[in-house]
Amino acid sequence: MVTHDDVIYVAKLARLKVEADDLDRYAGQLSSILSHIDKISELDLTSVEPTSHVIDLSNVFREDEPRPSVDRDEALANGPEVENGAFRVPPILES
Amino acid sequence: MEFEPVIGLEIHVELSTKSKMFCGCRVEFGGEPNTRTCPVCLAHPGALPVMNQQAIRYLARISLSLECSVPEKSIFHRKNYFYPDLPKGYQISQYDQPFAVDGQLHVMLDEKDYRVGIERVHQEEDTAKNIHGGESGRIAGSTYSLIDFNRSGTPLVEIVTRPDIHSPQVARAFLNKLKNTLQYLDVSDCNMEEGSLRCDANISMRPVGDTGLGVKTELKNMNSFKHLEKGLTQEIIRQTELLKNGEKIVQQTVHFDVTTGDISPLRSKEFAHDYRYFPEPDLVPLIATAKFVDGIRAEMPELPEARAQRYMKDLELPEYNAEVLTASRELADFFESVTEKTSASPKSVSNWAMGDLSGYLNSTGEHLATKSVFPEGSNICKLSPENFGNFVKMVDEGIIGVTSGKEVLPEMCKTGKSANKIVKAKGLTQISDQSELEAHIDEAIAGNPGQVEQYRAGKEQVIGFFVGQVMKATRGQANPKLVNELLKKKLSG
Amino acid sequence: MVLSGCRLSWNREYVNLLRLTATEALELMKRGEISSSEFTGAFLSQIDRHDDDVFAFLNVTGESAREEAAAIDASASGRPALAGLPTAIKDVLCTRGVTTTCASKMLENYNPIYTATCVQRMKDAGIVTLGKTNMDEFAMGSSTENSAYGPTRNPWDLERVPGGSSGGSAAAVAAGECVWALGSDTGGSIRQPAAFCGVVGLKPTYGSVSRYGLIAFASSFDQVGPITKNVRDAHLMLQFLVGKDPLDSTSVEYPVEIPPLEDRDLSGVRLGIVKELVGEGFDSGVMETFSKAVAMLEAAGAEIGEASLPHVEYALPAYYILAPAEASANLARFDGVRYGLRAGDTSGITEMYEETRRIGFGDEVKRRIMLGTHALSSGYYDAYYGQAQKVRTLMVQDFASALGQFDMLISPTAPTTAFRLGEKTGDPLTMYKSDICTIPVNLAGLPAISIPAGLSEGLPVGLQIIGKAFTAPTLLQTAYSAETAIGFGRVSPLIEGQD
Ligand SMILES: [Mg+2]
Ligand SMILES: [Zn+2]
Repeated sequence: MVTHDDVIYVAKLARLKVEADDLDRYAGQLSSILSHIDKISELDLTSVEPTSHVIDLSNVFREDEPRPSVDRDEALANGPEVENGAFRVPPILES
Repeated sequence: MEFEPVIGLEIHVELSTKSKMFCGCRVEFGGEPNTRTCPVCLAHPGALPVMNQQAIRYLARISLSLECSVPEKSIFHRKNYFYPDLPKGYQISQYDQPFAVDGQLHVMLDEKDYRVGIERVHQEEDTAKNIHGGESGRIAGSTYSLIDFNRSGTPLVEIVTRPDIHSPQVARAFLNKLKNTLQYLDVSDCNMEEGSLRCDANISMRPVGDTGLGVKTELKNMNSFKHLEKGLTQEIIRQTELLKNGEKIVQQTVHFDVTTGDISPLRSKEFAHDYRYFPEPDLVPLIATAKFVDGIRAEMPELPEARAQRYMKDLELPEYNAEVLTASRELADFFESVTEKTSASPKSVSNWAMGDLSGYLNSTGEHLATKSVFPEGSNICKLSPENFGNFVKMVDEGIIGVTSGKEVLPEMCKTGKSANKIVKAKGLTQISDQSELEAHIDEAIAGNPGQVEQYRAGKEQVIGFFVGQVMKATRGQANPKLVNELLKKKLSG
Repeated sequence: MVLSGCRLSWNREYVNLLRLTATEALELMKRGEISSSEFTGAFLSQIDRHDDDVFAFLNVTGESAREEAAAIDASASGRPALAGLPTAIKDVLCTRGVTTTCASKMLENYNPIYTATCVQRMKDAGIVTLGKTNMDEFAMGSSTENSAYGPTRNPWDLERVPGGSSGGSAAAVAAGECVWALGSDTGGSIRQPAAFCGVVGLKPTYGSVSRYGLIAFASSFDQVGPITKNVRDAHLMLQFLVGKDPLDSTSVEYPVEIPPLEDRDLSGVRLGIVKELVGEGFDSGVMETFSKAVAMLEAAGAEIGEASLPHVEYALPAYYILAPAEASANLARFDGVRYGLRAGDTSGITEMYEETRRIGFGDEVKRRIMLGTHALSSGYYDAYYGQAQKVRTLMVQDFASALGQFDMLISPTAPTTAFRLGEKTGDPLTMYKSDICTIPVNLAGLPAISIPAGLSEGLPVGLQIIGKAFTAPTLLQTAYSAETAIGFGRVSPLIEGQD
C-alpha cells in the first residue's frame, strides 16, 4: 500500500508538487501498479545475476581532443532567464 | 574523560585533461561564463556522455600511486539530486564498483610515520558554478544566482581515506603529501584557490582507547591547508566541549568561517539524502585489464620517495636536502635540470634552491619554469636553470661573495639576466687582486696601531676587526679568504 | 490496388500518390515521372485535409519541406539515396532549429541546438522533413492520449486511438500524410501503434541505432526505428539508421551487411508461437486474425511450433520498475534552468523546481517519475530495482532458449485492436497491459517487427515477429515473405477516399 506520506516523500525527492487533492488518486494508482509489480517478489532470484546492459560492450572511449563548444548565444538561447551571459535562477535557499 | 579525534578525508581532484569527462568542451579555468558548453554538458534533452580515455588513464595513475588494487570491472552510476549546478539532475559517478580500492599513503610528521588508508578512488564529473547575486555575494541572503556551465563535466577524481587520521596536523600533512604526489603524476594543477583540489573532512570524537566511531560531522570545501587544519582544530574543540557537557553530537554539515574562526551548523535538519544510485545506462562498463594496468604502471612518473633516493645515491645529497627538494615537484624538476645543464655542485645548487631561491618564490608567488602543470595565469620566474647553475658555480669559485650572491639572485629571478651581467653592471665582482687588497690592508694597519698591538700581544680575534675594515673600504667586494690570509701574514710580519 | 515495385506501367491520372511506398516513389522520382515537390505537395494537401481530425502532427514544416523538395528537384548532380522522400519525425527526436516538444508542455518552446544522429543520417540521405509527429508525452503511454497537445486519432476509425507512444507517426503513415516516419520504441511504442494503424513498425536490436538526440525515456530500452507502409520500406530506412555513432557509447557497428530482400517462400523457416502471448486476455478477434495469418505462413512453408517464455508474466512488472526508474533520472533535467518551461513568481529554487515540474509534466509522466523514484529510493532498491534487473536476466535467458529452438518467435503485437479514446485513461494498469506482447522484447534488447495480419471488425491486427539480436536482415526477410503470404493490401479510409 502506498500511503499519502509515501507519495509526499517521493514527490519531494522528485521535485514534483502534488496537491493535497491529488494525494488520494496518486496513492491509489501507485498502489494498484505496485501490487501488480510486487509479483516479481515471488521469484527466488538469489543466484541470478542482474542485467543493466543487454549488449556486451565495454571500454567505449573518446580521445581527449577538445571540440568546438557551441556559441554562447546559442547555449543561452533556450534559457528561461538569462543575465550577464549566465542562466539566472531564484535564490538557492536551503530546503 | 579524554577524547581523541577520528578524521577521514574526501578529496576531489579536477583532472587537467584537455577536454571534459563526457564531451569535447575544453577544460580551462575561468573565462567568460558559458563559453565552453555543448548539448552534453548543458544536459540538453537527448545528449549522451562518452568517456574521455585520458581521464581514465589519469585515474589509474592516481590509483596506482596510492597503492590501490584495481578490480577488473568498474561501472558508473547515476547519483540523483537536484541542484542548479547539476544540469542532468544526476551526477555520473561510481558507487559500489569503484575503479580502485584499498590503498594507502604514508605521511611523515615530526619524524613520525603515519599510515593513512585509502578506501576508494573513483571517477566522476564536476558541477557547474553558481554565482550568488545580491548584496552579500554569498549563498546566504542572496536574491538570485547565476549559473556558469564552463566547469560542468570537468573530470573529477574522488579519493576517500579511511578514518585513520587523529590530528589536524596529520590531516594537513596528508593533504600536502597527496597534493605533491598528484603534481608528480602530472594529472592536475592542484590549485586549491581555483578549486582543482577540494577537501571535505569527516570528524568525530571518541574516548581515548576506544575503537568505535562516534557521531561525525562534515566540514565541507576546505580550500587551503591552513583552513583545513584550523577548521578541524575548531571542530575538535566544539565537539569535545559538547561531549564533556554530556551533550550529543548531531550528524550534520558544519561551516567553518575562515574570517572569524567560528564553526556553525550549515544544515541542521537536512532533507534525507536519498541519492537513488543506479547503474548509468548510457555508459558501458570499464574493464581494467592487466595489460592496461601494466601499461599505466610503466608510464608512471617517478614519485618523490624514489627521486629522493636517487638524489642521495647518484648526486650524494644529504637526506634532508633530498627530502626538502622532492617535497615539491617544481623545485625538484628545476634542480634536476640545473644539474643536467651545468656542472655546478648538486649540493650547492640544492642549498641555494632550498634557501634563497625558495625564499624568493615564496615572497613573490612565482613559479619556476618546469614541465609540471601550473595553474593558469601563474607568474613564471625568469630564472633559467643554466643561469642558476652558473651563478652557484661563481659563488663556489669565489668569483662572487655569498653576500653579493644574495643580492644577485633575486635580480636574476626578476630580470632573467645572467649572474655575470648583473655582477658586472653592479661592480660586484670579488676583489681577489693581491696588490689591490694589500694597499687596503696596509692602510688599515697603519691607521689602527692600537689594534695591531693587541693582536701582536696574542689577542688573535682582533683580526676580525681588520677584515671588517678592509671590507668596508672595498664595499664588501674583497675576497674574505684572501684578506684573512694576507692580514695574518702582514700582522705577524 | 497496391503498386508493387515491378508493376509500374501505369497512367499518371489514376495514381494516388498517397498510396506509393517509399521504394516505389524513389523509383518514380529517379525516372523523373514525379518530382519530389509534387510528391511532397500531395502529402501536405492530405495533411491540410485530414490532420485537423487525425492530429498526427504537432508541427508541420510545410514551407521548409517544399524548399527541401524543390532543392532536390533542382539538383542536377547525383541524387542522394533517399532523395525527396517526405518523412515525418516523431517529436521525441531533436531537430536543430525546429521546435521539439516531446508532446510536453515542459518543452513547448524548446528549440534544439543540435540534430539527432539518426535524423541527420536520413537528412544526409536526402529526405524531405514534413514535420514533427504527436506522441504520448515523453513517450510514456500506449495511446497517444498523453500528449499535452491533444490526442491523435486512428485513421481507420477516428473515435479510436492510434496506439502509442509513436501514435502520431503511425497515424501519419496510415493516413497518407507522409510516405514513412521515424518512431521510437521503449516498450512497444513503434510496434503497437503500427499494429493499431495497419502499418509496419520495426524496433531494431538495442544498440544498432544511435540514441544521440533521442530524448531519453528509458535509456537501456529506447530504440529508434522505421514506421512504414511495408517491409521493403522498413528495410530501406533501416540501412540509413544503423551504425556506430561516436556520440552514443551504447551504439555498435551493425555487424552484418543488410542484404537485399528477395521474394521467396517461408519454407524451412521455423516460427515459434509464444504460447504465453496468446489466449487469455486477448481479444477473440485478434486471436482469429492472428490464427488466420499463421495459417497463411504455414501454407507458405513456415514450420510453426509452440515456443515458451516461461517468465514472461514477470516482464511487465519488471519493465514498470526499470523503465520508470530510468525515466525518473532522465526527466530530472527538466528543471526550468537551461531550457524549457519555467514557472514564474517563485521565491526560491525548490519552489521553482516543484512548480515548473508541476505545470510542465502531465499526469502519466508524474506517475512514472514517482513510481521510478519510489523503486530506487532508500530501502526499496533491492526489492524493486535489483529484483527487476534479475528478471531482465531471466527474460534474456528465456528468449535465448526459445530462439535456440526457433528461427523466430511470433505473437500478436497487441492483445486488442485499437481501443476507443478515453477507454483506458482512468486506469493506468489496464493501459500498461496493452504492451504485454512487446515489452518482453525490449527487456531482452531484441529486434522485432509488427506487420499487418489482417482486419478484425474493420480494425487492423498486428503480427509481431521477434528475431535474434542483430539479425534484422533475416527478420526482415521473414517479415517480407510473411507480408507477401498474408497479402494484407488494405489502406485506411483516409487514403482510400483520395483514390
Ligand atoms: Mg563525489
Ligand atoms: Zn560540453
